[in-house]
Amino acid sequence: MDQASSALLSLRGISHAFGANRVLKAVDLEVNAGEVLALAGENGAGKSTLMKIIGGYLPPQSGDVLWKQAPLPEGLRTVEDAGITLVHQEFALIPDMTVAENIHLGREPRKWGLIDRARMHRQAREALGLLNAEISPGAGLARLPVASWQIVELAKAFAARPHLLLMDEPTAVLGRDEAAALFDRIRAYTTAGGTVIFTSHRLDEVREIADRVAVLRDGQITLNKPIQDVSEHDIASAMVGREMSDLFVPRITPVVARPVLEVEGLDVPREIGAPVKDASFALYPGEILGVAGLVGAGRTEMFEGLVGLRPAHARRFALSGKDQVLPCAREAWQCGIAYLTEDRKSRGLLLDKDLLVNATLVSGALFGGARIDRRADAADFDAARARFDIRAAGPATTAGQLSGGNQQKLLLAKTLATDPQVVILDEPTRGVDIGAKSQIYRIIAKLAEQGKAVVVISSEMPELIGLAHRILVMDRGRISGVLTQPEDGQISEHEILRLGLGLENEEDAA
Amino acid sequence: MSMALDMGKTDRTLPKLMGLLGKLGPLLALALLVVVGALVSPTFSTTENILNVLTRSSIIGIIAIGATFVITSRGLDLSVGAMAALVAGLSVMVMNGLSASLSATLAVVLGLVAALFLGAAAGFVNGTLTVKGRVEAFIVTLGTMGIMRSLVTWLSDGGSISLDFALRGVGRPLYYGTVLGIPVPIIVFGLLAIAGELVLTRLRFGRHVAAIGSNSEVARYSAISVDKVRIATYVLQGVCVGIATLIYVPRLGAVTPSTGMLWELEAIAAVIIGGTALSGGQGRVWGTVAGVLILGVVSNILNLTDFISPHLNGAFQGAIIIVAVFLQRKRVSA
Repeated sequence: MDQASSALLSLRGISHAFGANRVLKAVDLEVNAGEVLALAGENGAGKSTLMKIIGGYLPPQSGDVLWKQAPLPEGLRTVEDAGITLVHQEFALIPDMTVAENIHLGREPRKWGLIDRARMHRQAREALGLLNAEISPGAGLARLPVASWQIVELAKAFAARPHLLLMDEPTAVLGRDEAAALFDRIRAYTTAGGTVIFTSHRLDEVREIADRVAVLRDGQITLNKPIQDVSEHDIASAMVGREMSDLFVPRITPVVARPVLEVEGLDVPREIGAPVKDASFALYPGEILGVAGLVGAGRTEMFEGLVGLRPAHARRFALSGKDQVLPCAREAWQCGIAYLTEDRKSRGLLLDKDLLVNATLVSGALFGGARIDRRADAADFDAARARFDIRAAGPATTAGQLSGGNQQKLLLAKTLATDPQVVILDEPTRGVDIGAKSQIYRIIAKLAEQGKAVVVISSEMPELIGLAHRILVMDRGRISGVLTQPEDGQISEHEILRLGLGLENEEDAA
Repeated sequence: MSMALDMGKTDRTLPKLMGLLGKLGPLLALALLVVVGALVSPTFSTTENILNVLTRSSIIGIIAIGATFVITSRGLDLSVGAMAALVAGLSVMVMNGLSASLSATLAVVLGLVAALFLGAAAGFVNGTLTVKGRVEAFIVTLGTMGIMRSLVTWLSDGGSISLDFALRGVGRPLYYGTVLGIPVPIIVFGLLAIAGELVLTRLRFGRHVAAIGSNSEVARYSAISVDKVRIATYVLQGVCVGIATLIYVPRLGAVTPSTGMLWELEAIAAVIIGGTALSGGQGRVWGTVAGVLILGVVSNILNLTDFISPHLNGAFQGAIIIVAVFLQRKRVSA
């Protein structure tokens, strides 16, 4: 009771849903002044949503946010004025302005009504200096690398002198030294009375900088303890631990066969984050290969590079044992390699076009004649609708009108319309409800049964464990290991986390 | 199941009707204008005047059919007016040059063939610079517009490029000729409009054009050769310009630095009035035809009547464009 009244920020029963997807379920949380709270959780656990609610970007659908024992005023501007600043995962910077201008955006120092450039640059240099960054205040932002953007964003946040600083994955694009400098800055800031809430996937970072850790799982707090009272194992356990086994079809062991697709030394350059380096793997008929890793580990990039959707280079690429050069996007489809994008809305479906056009887009582009055969298209669509159980009023409905689950099934129908031999599914169940999820799992299992080589990239570990024969884990652009399902049980989430969170060395040392 | 579907149908009757009304908007507007024209001027509804309006509209109309494809794929071609002038000028020079060694007919035919190739080539340059060079279409075609316009001025030495008198009679029927009483330009325009509508709605190419305009990333992720299709729309636009010059050259027999001035804006206006979205993804050739005719009829009515000065033609065109887009915008949000 006593503690509650002294809390700087109290969340009482915060709930939020996007459509049918309940992201936060009655979250209670308190943060004291001068504290660093780490918010941990898997992708989709609700961390970013919670941060946005505290930062005033999103009003909670129910529950109260108390700031210094009074209700938090609504609206972004008033929340910022109250002393709460959110550093986004996406940058809120203006590329055409200089570093100093960005740091002072909206709070430019003035002298006789004009902007005091000298003071602005001096202050910017100080703010950057505190983060140990050697970035010139006069440099144009557009020409700086992404890590520098993050540092400028952080400098800007600190320069606003907030009471509470919210940081969503602040180290995702930073190098080791930059992250260390950020942690020094956070320590100095909290010593001076500041308070920090930050999210991170990396448990080693949580351990290093946080005073307390709270874990979100499926929109609920599953752990909330001082950092010295918990181990990384405790945190990892609190992050996972759902029972999803009944959603899955029993795995069928594939017949031993030669690989359909082999790649060695695949490099995919990237502007943001770690590039994919020297990746080698093989896909076998009838096998489901799961691909795990943190957001930003390069999973999507690796496979988009493989199928020609982004520039890539490989030492060797072979289809059914035959060496060839990496295909371009259209050639990949022609070789029987299908890729289902994780970005359904902006890369997967034509939201303003009807279901028929969407469902037959790939098959038409690959094998359709110059003339559109409306009758054949309609027949194909009816078959696909039955096979994938797409529920819609009629073929004239536009894709944008469907629910997330039905959109995803339409995307599957479109991707699988050409009967590809290699099927790469990137986050095939993102943003769909549990019912559609289980249907999609059945479709995936069926593909493997038919002898296709299937790849499932997913951020949900239970999904990978339930579906895959082998799980390939990526960490910062490299394949950190491949796990095979043991004869007498299942791959554990801890094994995946160990490879994907860069904990391997620490455990080896211990 | 069928119950639920039937209920859905009745629920949607009203929006469907409204949608249909909005969809047919350009045709209704055209019909309304024709009625107004017939009421305010007795000359308007004479066969001669109607054919005159259609003939005059056909050159812009043919160019606008090409523009429909470019805009549907979310492109833009500002250079069509200058391109028409340059292609016309060069084809006249080809005809004049060949007439010394070949028969007049052959010279004109080869000149017209040259016009088609030149148009296609100019479109290919626009398309390649835009697609492969990754420069915005607005910038590329603004640039090529300036280049082609000034080439015409240079070739004509500021004056005009005239077709030799000996050749004029040969090409004349292409503009002034009639088949079964219908002027040739109208027939060409009509056939191209039908072909264009079929290509856009019934051919794979047309579907890909609309898919790219709707979301080029989705198209790229769907095994569509996005670059090729986009370049092809510019080539198609160039060919349409070439065909328009086939009709234009015989009409006046001369090309001046002001030939084709502002045609690009008239063509784009017609496309937009017809209901093709400037942001791409939704295109219809029949709408473009209606758009061209709306512009032609308005101008004709102003010319026939005294109470509004024909000098205000531009103001009417401007107002029509804004109103048309406004109405379409409302339809989408409703």
